[in-house]
Amino acid sequence: MSVDQATVRRIAHLARIAVTDEEVPHLQGELNAILAFVEQLAEVDVTGVEPMTSVTPMMMKKRQDEVTDGGYAEIIVGNAPLTEDHYFVVPKVVE
Amino acid sequence: MNAPASPSKLIKGATGDWEVVIGMEIHAQVTSKSKLFSGASTTFGAEPNANVSLVDAAMPGMLPVINEECVKQAVRSGLGLKARINLRSTFDRKNYFYPDLPQGYQISQYKSPIVGEGEVLVDLPESGGQIRVGIERLHLEQDAGKSLHDQHPTMSFVDLNRSGVALMEIVSKPDLRSSEEARAYVTKLRTILRYLGTCDGNMEEGSLRADVNVSVRRPGEPLGTRCEIKNVNSIRFIGQAIEHEARRQIGIIEDGGVIEQETRLFDPGKGETRSMRSKEEAHDYRYFPDPDLLPLEFDQAFVDALAADLPELPDEKKARFIADYGVTPYDASVLVAERASADFYEAVAKGRDGKAAANWVINELFGRLNKEGKDVATSPVSAAQLGAIVDLIGEGVISGKIAKDLFEIVWSEGGDPRQIVESRGMKQVTDTGAIEAAIDAVIAANPDKVEQAKAKPTMIGWFVGQVMKQTGGKANPQAVNDMLKAKLGI
Amino acid sequence: MSDLTNLTLAEARDALVRRETSATDIAKAFLAAMEKARPLNAYVLETPEQALAMAAQSDERLARGEARPLEGIALGVKDLYATKGVRTTASSKILANFVPGYESTVTSQLWRDGAVMLGKLNNDEFAMGSSNETSAFGPVQSPWRREGSNAALVPGGSSGGSSAAVAARLCLGATATDTGGSIRQPAAFTGTVGIKPTYGRCSRWGIVAFASSLDQAGPIARTVRDNAILLRSMAGHDPKDTTSADLPVPDYEAAIGRSVKGMRIGIPKEYRLAGMPAEIEALWDKGAKWLRDAGAEIVEVSLPHTKYALPAYYIVAPAEASSNLARYDGVRYGLREPGRDIVEMYEKTRAAGFGAEVRRRVMIGTYVLSAGYYDAYYVRAQKIRTLIKRDFENVYAQGVHAILTPATPSAAFGIGEKGGEDPVEMYLNDIFTVTVNMAGLPGIAVPAGRSSEGLPLGLQLIGRAFDEETLFSLSEVIEQAAGRVELPQAWWA
Repeated sequence: MSVDQATVRRIAHLARIAVTDEEVPHLQGELNAILAFVEQLAEVDVTGVEPMTSVTPMMMKKRQDEVTDGGYAEIIVGNAPLTEDHYFVVPKVVE
Repeated sequence: MNAPASPSKLIKGATGDWEVVIGMEIHAQVTSKSKLFSGASTTFGAEPNANVSLVDAAMPGMLPVINEECVKQAVRSGLGLKARINLRSTFDRKNYFYPDLPQGYQISQYKSPIVGEGEVLVDLPESGGQIRVGIERLHLEQDAGKSLHDQHPTMSFVDLNRSGVALMEIVSKPDLRSSEEARAYVTKLRTILRYLGTCDGNMEEGSLRADVNVSVRRPGEPLGTRCEIKNVNSIRFIGQAIEHEARRQIGIIEDGGVIEQETRLFDPGKGETRSMRSKEEAHDYRYFPDPDLLPLEFDQAFVDALAADLPELPDEKKARFIADYGVTPYDASVLVAERASADFYEAVAKGRDGKAAANWVINELFGRLNKEGKDVATSPVSAAQLGAIVDLIGEGVISGKIAKDLFEIVWSEGGDPRQIVESRGMKQVTDTGAIEAAIDAVIAANPDKVEQAKAKPTMIGWFVGQVMKQTGGKANPQAVNDMLKAKLGI
Repeated sequence: MSDLTNLTLAEARDALVRRETSATDIAKAFLAAMEKARPLNAYVLETPEQALAMAAQSDERLARGEARPLEGIALGVKDLYATKGVRTTASSKILANFVPGYESTVTSQLWRDGAVMLGKLNNDEFAMGSSNETSAFGPVQSPWRREGSNAALVPGGSSGGSSAAVAARLCLGATATDTGGSIRQPAAFTGTVGIKPTYGRCSRWGIVAFASSLDQAGPIARTVRDNAILLRSMAGHDPKDTTSADLPVPDYEAAIGRSVKGMRIGIPKEYRLAGMPAEIEALWDKGAKWLRDAGAEIVEVSLPHTKYALPAYYIVAPAEASSNLARYDGVRYGLREPGRDIVEMYEKTRAAGFGAEVRRRVMIGTYVLSAGYYDAYYVRAQKIRTLIKRDFENVYAQGVHAILTPATPSAAFGIGEKGGEDPVEMYLNDIFTVTVNMAGLPGIAVPAGRSSEGLPLGLQLIGRAFDEETLFSLSEVIEQAAGRVELPQAWWA
C-alpha cells in the first residue's frame, strides 16, 4: 500500500499538523518508504494469533475511591500559554 | 426485537402510516467520590480547574489508574439491567482533538465492554401495557471537560473539572417505537440506576444525558437511515425531539427526498432539531487498545459479592407490593418509581392495611407534595405520622373526612396525630345514643324527604350528610348508615 | 584525589563513604567538566545550584554516617524525565519552557537514595531517533572519534546525551529510556554499559511517553557494576503506573561476579544477517568464547520472527506515539502558534513545535490507525508481536538462560551521514535491539571491543523476564574478559 498526496494531506489534518505544498511530496516519499518497509509483514501467517494486549501478563491493580488529588488549579494552568481566572483560554471553537 | 408496532403507535403521514424506530445511548455519570482514572474530586460546581489532577490535565508522563468503585458501579448497573457481566474487558482510546479533551483521546471501552446484553421492562403510563427494551451494552468511559463559548467574542474558556469523571454509556437496541416509549424507557432506566445508587440521575446537572437515534420506515419494511440527536438533557425534550425528528424525516421522504445520516441537536426553544454542520467532517477516531491500561479483569466471586449486596429493584419491589400489600399494579408502579417513595410507603404500610396506606401515600401525600414542589425526603409528614393517621381510621377513632383535616394539621403544624385527635376532640362519635338523637332530629325536620326516601333508597346519602353535619363530622358513618336504614325502613 | 571525574560510580561511592572525597567536590568536578564539554552538547540544561545544594545535603549525611545507597552520586537526567521545578522538554520545541510541578517516580527514587542532579541531558526529540540528531537542541557529538579523523560522530540515540555524558566523564551515570534500543545502541556506540530492564521493572510515571507498551527506563553507566547499582534505585513497583510490576527488587550488585557456570546461552541464528561486517561477527564469536570459557554452555537457537520485529515496531511505536503526542496541542502548556480558530492553532502549533522525524512518525501512526487500515497494519503488527514474544518463550523453555547478540550492526557513524532521504536507513540501527522491546524482555549492552577504526563495539545479552540479575552476571564476564574500555581523550576540553 502507498499513499497519494491527497492522503498525505488528509492524514496531516487528522493529526492536526499543518503541511505546506512543498512538504507534501517529500512527506509522501518518506511515508511510502516506511510503508514499503513494513509491507513484508503481509507474508507472515497470523491465523489464529491473538494480538498482544499486555506486554507482561499481570492483573491490573485498582485504586480505592478516595479524593487524593486536585485542588491546585494554579499548577494546572501554570504552564499555559493563555489563561483567565484559572480557565485555559483558546481561540474560539466554532460549533 | 422487531415486532410490528401496534397501529396506535404509527404516525400518519400524507401518503400513509409510518413507524418510528428509536435507539438510545444514555450517558450516566457514575456516582463516585473520585474520577475514573485519577484521585481528583467529582463534586459538581467547583472553581475552574480546581478538581483537576495532573492526570486529568494530561501533563506529560501522566498515567491512568482505574478507580475500583467505578468498576463496581458498572457491574452493579449491569446486574440491575439483567445483563451479562464480562469478567474481562478492555479500554480503548478514541482519538480526536478538542480543547476540553486534554489527552487528545477519550479512554472508553469500544471493542470489549464491561457489560454485555441485558433487558429493561418498561411500563407505559399513557397507553398502558409493558414493553421489553433490549440493552446492547454498557461500558465505562471518561467525561470531557467543559468549553465556555460565551465569555469572550473570539476566545473559548476551558474548565477541566469534569474531565475524567466516570461515565457509563448504556446503549439500547432499536426497540423503541414512540416518543412515549422512549420517555418511559429513560424514566425507568433512571429509576433503576437511582435504586442501585450508581448514578444520581440529575439531568439538570448533566448526570444523565441521552443521544437519541431516530429513523422512520413503512411498517414491516427494513430500517431507515437514522439521525442521531446529541446530548438531550431532559425527558420532556427527548419526547419533543423524537416527535419533531420523526415528522421531519417523514416530510422529507414523502416529498421524495432521502434522509442523510447525520448528527443533530435539539433546540428546546424552538422545539426542533437542527444539523450540527461543523461536525459533518468525517470522523476517524482511530480506536486502539490503550497501552497504559491492562485488561480489566475480575472473577465471578467479585460479581457475586456485588449481586448479593444489590438492593431490591423496582420490578421486584412492585411485584412484592402487589403480592404482600394487595395494591393495584398501577399504584405499585407509582410507589416504586423512586426508592425513597417506596421506602416511605413501606414504612406506612408495614403491619397496616396496604391498600389504605397506598391510598393515603399516593393520593394525599404525593398529591400534596407535588403541589408544594416537595418530595418524600422533604415531606413535612413523616411515615410514622401518616401511619398513625391510617391507624386512627382503621381503629374507627376518626372518620375519613376528619382524617383529611387531621392530615392538614399534621402537615402544617406537625405533632403526634393521636394526641391531636385527643386534644382537639376530633374523635368520631360511636355513641349510638348521640347518633340516634341526631337521626331523630333530621327525620323529624324533613318528613317529605322521608317519604321520598322510602320510594328511592339512594336518598339515604342525603340523610347521612345531614346527620354528619349535625355531629360536626364526627359520627361514625357506618353506624349512621345502619341506624338510618333501620329507622327509615329501607 | 587527582581527577574525580575518572572514578566509576562504585569507586566514587566507596571513596565518599570512606570520606576520601566529598559530594561537593565531586559535583564541582563534574560541573567544571560539563562547562568545558559544552561543545559536545550533551547537557541541554545544567543545574549547578541544585547539584551543589543536593551535594551539601549528602555531605551532611555522610558526615553523620547516614549515607543512603547513592549518597553524593552525581548523575545526569535524560530530558524525558519530568523534574520538579526544572525545565523538561523531551528536546522538543513543543514543550518550550515547560516546568513540571512534579518529579518522575524514577528520578524521585534516585534523589530518595541520595543522588545529586547535575542537569538535563540531550536526546532525540521525544526519544524518536537513533543518533540524537532529531533534538530541537541540535545533535550531540560523541566524545569518540575514528582513529586519525576529526569527523564528528553520533553518540547513538535516543539517549545520546546520556551516553555521551557518561563516556566523556560528565557524570557518574545517567538515566535513559529505551523504546526500540535507545539505551543499548548509544551505550554500544560510546563504550558504556546500558540496560533496558524488563517492561514493568521501572515506573513510567513522569517520563514523557513515546510508545507506552515499549518505553522503559534504565541507566547508562561506565561499568556493569555501576549499572546494577543505579538500576536497584530506579526499579520498583509504583501504584501510579499500573503496568509496573509488583515484584521485589533484587540487590543487582550482588549478581556481579556470580558464577555463570552451567548457564545456557543462546546464539540466535537469525541475527547473523547477510552483509554483516566481519568485525561484528568476530566480536560476537569472541563474546560467545568468553562466556564458554567462564563455564557457560553455548547453544544455537532460533527466533524465527526476528526479521519482522523492526517493521512491526515501525507500526506499533508510531501508532502509540501519534496518540500519546496528541496532548501537545498548545492549550495547556508548551508552545502555541496563533491561529484564527482552534483548528488552525492546533495545526500551526504542531507543525512548528514538532521536528521532521516526530511529524513523520505521528503521521505514520495516524495512518496505520485510521479507518480501513487498522486491521491490516496495527492489528497485524500486534499479532506478530505475539509471535516474537512466543519465539523467546520457546527458547527459554528449552532451558536457555540468556541470549547473546551483537548490540548494533555497526560502530557509530558520522553526524549527518544517515537517514537523509530514506528514514528506514536510520531505523535499521535498531535491528538487534528492537525485538527485546517488542517482547518486553530485559536487554543489556556491554562494550566488548573496538572497530577497525578504533570505535567501541558492544554485545547485547537478552534475558528472561525480570531476570536482570543473570544479565549482570554474564555482562560482568564479558566486561572482565574484554578489559575496561579506555575512555576517549578529552579533545574538547
